[in-house]
Order: sequence, then structure tokens, then C-alpha cells
Amino acid sequence: MTPRRTLATTGRVLTQIRHDPRTVGLLLVVPSLLIGLVAWLFSDTPVFQQIGPAMLALFPFIIMFLVTSITTLRERRSGTLERLLTLPLSKLDFILGYALAFGLLAVLQAGIAATFAVGVCGLEIEGSLWLLVAVAVADAVLGTTLGLLASAFARTEFQVVQFMPAIVFPQVLLGGIFIPRDQMPPVLEAISDWLPLSHAIDALNAVATGSEDDGYIAGQLLIVGAFAVGAVVLGSVTLRRRTP
Amino acid sequence: MVNYSSPAVQIAGLRVRRGRNVVLDGLDLELPRGGVTGLLGPSGSGKTTLMRAIVGVQTVESGTVTVLGADAGSAGLRHRVGYVTQLSSVYDDLTVRQNLVYFARVLGAPAGDVDRVIDETDLAAQAHDLVGSLSGGQLSRASLAAALLGSPELLVLDEPTVGLDPVLRVELWSLFRRLSDAGVTLLVSSHVMDEATRCDRLLLMRDGAILGDDSPAGLMAATGTTDAESAFLALIRHGVPS
Repeated sequence: MTPRRTLATTGRVLTQIRHDPRTVGLLLVVPSLLIGLVAWLFSDTPVFQQIGPAMLALFPFIIMFLVTSITTLRERRSGTLERLLTLPLSKLDFILGYALAFGLLAVLQAGIAATFAVGVCGLEIEGSLWLLVAVAVADAVLGTTLGLLASAFARTEFQVVQFMPAIVFPQVLLGGIFIPRDQMPPVLEAISDWLPLSHAIDALNAVATGSEDDGYIAGQLLIVGAFAVGAVVLGSVTLRRRTP
Repeated sequence: MVNYSSPAVQIAGLRVRRGRNVVLDGLDLELPRGGVTGLLGPSGSGKTTLMRAIVGVQTVESGTVTVLGADAGSAGLRHRVGYVTQLSSVYDDLTVRQNLVYFARVLGAPAGDVDRVIDETDLAAQAHDLVGSLSGGQLSRASLAAALLGSPELLVLDEPTVGLDPVLRVELWSLFRRLSDAGVTLLVSSHVMDEATRCDRLLLMRDGAILGDDSPAGLMAATGTTDAESAFLALIRHGVPS
């Protein structure tokens, strides 16, 4: 792995996205619009205050998962991945290059969404806004790495889109948005302990309510990070130079 | 270590299975350095599989493939072998130049290499066009340009002239000739038999086996034919002349 090749890949991915302003627009604006919709839907109730922080975790995660898995699949199917794997590009260069590029986009996306949620929708945050953005970014990176991993198991665009309900929805359902995790049936609570999104949502709630110290939040972030690293490692194992 | 005396490609007992089909079954082949070798045969004869094995992206069941003195696909070869697949293998949402700049960075190719390959493939006028807006001929030249970056010693080109008009095909073949004159070894597959006479050497392939391996003139003389297509038919009917 070399920084030059990783950064070249990041630059290339960002240039590709720059050529597609509609995608950039959707990436940056849609999460804020949806958060606004939820705030409006639950106006005059305390619900938005309860689930608003979790929404900040959800959108970057889901959108980055989708974008990454489809882009990587496109790379596999267009033959560019095969060309790259005959060149002196390491698999980690490829994956980290993507993770960096989409991570950068995630910083923008999460920054805009968090600012919008707090500034426009009136979400009250006890902790630091920076920490909120940091957790949302970690979440987007998690989505990116899981998307990379998922694309390895998909042969077609149809399959890759099916991974969204298969991998993302259970994490959303069990993440503690619909019902706090400690009120779930014990089996489901145990399962949710092993899902990375639960920890991201816990961290965001902790920042929002100021109920836990920074050490707790850092611990949750560490868990999310560990899942992201795990997905990168697994993803590079599934990326094979030789294929049948 | 670079061993210049070793052949460009040396294959022994290569066996490749794709799904349930054995595509190559015990194939042996030796390609010397230099010259343009044409790999001819109908679709499904195993040309692409053989090329993928040489480049080192094909899962191989058994046998050895040695390229430029090293194991096919080994890390040291990734600077020395250029490969163009039948897919365009360039990013259609980048310009020609942006594509080449990226691949040049990955290769660590010298500055100026991008301009050189743009000139060689005659793409200067399209350098700032998005690849997605190029014509078929321009697209295949853009893909070829990427393979020329870093001046590889061996170029493996899978059907580079497919779907091109005759003028472009002649231009591409003269580019192959110039590269060969500069010392590059080229392996070019085609199912257009009339391209055979442009090669220094022909490999005729059918059902995963190499039926003939000779110069175009030698092959026609041995089969008593006057063109590659008839030579190919004669080989299928009567087997390899001894």
C-alpha cells in the first residue's frame, strides 16, 4: 500500500463524482430534507427530540452504503477493476481510496444535516455539535465499508440493491429508534449489541442528551470504527486478483 | 531480477476450468520476445481465457504460466505487462486525460507519459472529452492508451479492433507495428481472419487447443492454402501438418 496510489484513487473517485452534479446535490440535500420532514411530522410532540439524533446516524449510513456498493459493482462490471488489479495497485489502496473519498463526502453531508437539524429544526443538543458530526461521519464511513463488502457478494445491480433491506434494515429496526434497546426482548437486545449501527445511535443519543461522559462516546465510536476496519479487511480478502 | 533471455511467455500443461467446462486442457505454448503474434479463433475457443491466464487474472486449475521470466500475475510483472480486455475498462464519467492521469499515477509512470500515449493513439483532439461521449473506435483507443502507460514490455490485447471501421483498423495495426519495432512483444487476439497476415506469427485456436503455430506464410505453405481462413479450415479437417 502506498499513500500516492491511495490518494490517486481518492482523487479519481472525487473527480468522477464532480462530473455528476445531480448525485452531489442529492447526497448533500436529501438527508436534511428528510430530517426536516420528520421534524415537521412530529411537530408539537417530543418525538423528534428523541429520534432526531438517530436520524443523523441513519441517513449517512444508508446513503453511503448504497452509493458505495453500486459504484464498486460498476467498477467490477466495467472491467476497470480487472485492469486495476493487473496494475501495481494494492487492494487496500483501492478500498481505502474509496473510503477516503466517500468519507470526505460524508463529512460534508453529516455537517450539513447536523447543522440543519440543530439550526433549522430546533433539535436540542446538550453535548458538542462537533462530536455529533464526528459520530455521523464515523457512521457514513461504516456505511461505505459495508457497501464495499456487500458489493463483493453481488453480481448484478438488482442483487446489490437487495442487500440494502438484508443488511441495513435489521440494523435500523434493532438500533433503538423504534423502541429503546433495553426494552427489547432479551434475545433481540443481545443481537442488537452486535450490530454496529446500534452503537452509532447510542453514541449520538449520548451526545444529544449529554447523559454520558466522553469516554462512553469514544468507546461507542471505537466499536463502530472496529466494524469499519473489519469490513475493510474482509472486503480486501474478497477482492481477488484471480477470478474464475 | 529481469531475465532478458527468457521467452515472453512460456506455458506448460495449462488447465483452466470455468464452471463445469474445461476451457483449456493441458495447453503448452512458448512465445519468443518481440514481434506481433496473432491469436486467432472463433468466439468461445478460449482466446480470452488464455490471455487472462497470461496476465494472471484467471484462476488456473493446474499448469505453469511464466511471463518475462516470472510467474504470471506476480507483483513484479504488474509494471511490465499491459492488458486490454474486451470491456472498455476506462471510467466513462472521466475525460480521456483524467483516466490516463489516474492510471499513470497508479503505475508510477514518468511525467509526460500521458501526453505520449495520447499522441500514440491519436486522441489529442478528444483528450478533454468524457469517455462516455466517445465513439467506439475512440473508446478502444482510449483503453489501449491506458495499457501503453509505463511502456510495458508485453502487451496483451483482447480483440482490440472489434467493431472498428477498416481505416481505424489499419491505423491500429500500424501502431502495433511501431510498438513492435520499438521492442514491445504483442499478443493480439482477433476473430477476423484477414488480420492474420499483419502478424509475424499466428496461433490458431479452437476448442481450447492450439491447432497451428507458425508464421502466416509458413502456415499457408504447410496447408497448401492462400489465406488464413482456408488454412484454419484445413487444420480443422486434417489436423496439424507434420
